[in-house]
Amino acid sequence: MIYRSMYGVPTWKVRSPFYELDRMQRQMDRLLDAFDGQRSGSISAGVFPPINLSEDQENYVVRAELPGIEADKLEIQATGKSLSLSGERKIAEQDNGVRYHRREREGGTFSRVITLPGDIDSEKIDAELANGILTIKIAKAEAAKPKQITVRH
Amino acid sequence: MAATDNKELKVREKQELAHPAEQTRPGVIFTPSVDIFETDSEITLLADMPGVLPDNLTIDLRDNTLTLEGDIAAVDADKEELIYTEYATGRYYRQFTLSEVIDQAKIDAQIQDGVLKLSLPKVAKATPRKIAVRAA
Repeated sequence: MIYRSMYGVPTWKVRSPFYELDRMQRQMDRLLDAFDGQRSGSISAGVFPPINLSEDQENYVVRAELPGIEADKLEIQATGKSLSLSGERKIAEQDNGVRYHRREREGGTFSRVITLPGDIDSEKIDAELANGILTIKIAKAEAAKPKQITVRH
Repeated sequence: MAATDNKELKVREKQELAHPAEQTRPGVIFTPSVDIFETDSEITLLADMPGVLPDNLTIDLRDNTLTLEGDIAAVDADKEELIYTEYATGRYYRQFTLSEVIDQAKIDAQIQDGVLKLSLPKVAKATPRKIAVRAA
């Protein structure tokens, strides 16, 4: 590598043969960090479907995007603190005569267990599938609900 | 199709639009996954757009450019607090260039269970006309 020294005279600098590799590695790391930063707060369990979990005073709410899945192809079970969600997504087969330009949508089966952060009342679970979004409302067990405590005076 | 029936679905990160035009509205924009296939008479497009209601979907065909734009209905979750998120929500946007001439009057679009089905019938080709030359 030729570096210009301060006085404009080119000089050779001897560097470790791994210098360039090290530098590339550092750049890659930085690049990957930048990508991670974009997906701030998202943690993927690596299992389909990705879910969003939220809570209010009374319920836990699990949401998942399941476009093109019929309600009767979904199975939801609750045991203890966990909720299992399984089903199948069918992609309608086209006739042999068709020619594809794009084929990005995928069909298949899925099955996932979601462990909720607190105890639930498995009798009070409400699931709704609308516009391709599944919303499961799970009532918290009495013990898990926040209690308002009045301070006597 | 028996083999693919038992295939397990894998998680796929939603594709964020790589180079959106400059936006005036805040929010993330995603590219919907699509299937596009054609027969001799029409082109069909299927797009996964979960959360998009028919009223919030704009389909525009102009100069061979088909634009899909879907707005998602806001989730009624004012009092809810997010514990964790694995997917983000946002608008959908995707553009296609069509090579065939489409019969605009017969375009049909319907959205069901978050999947858009768009039928684009091709214009019937002008039948070739033979011109007979008369002898003078």
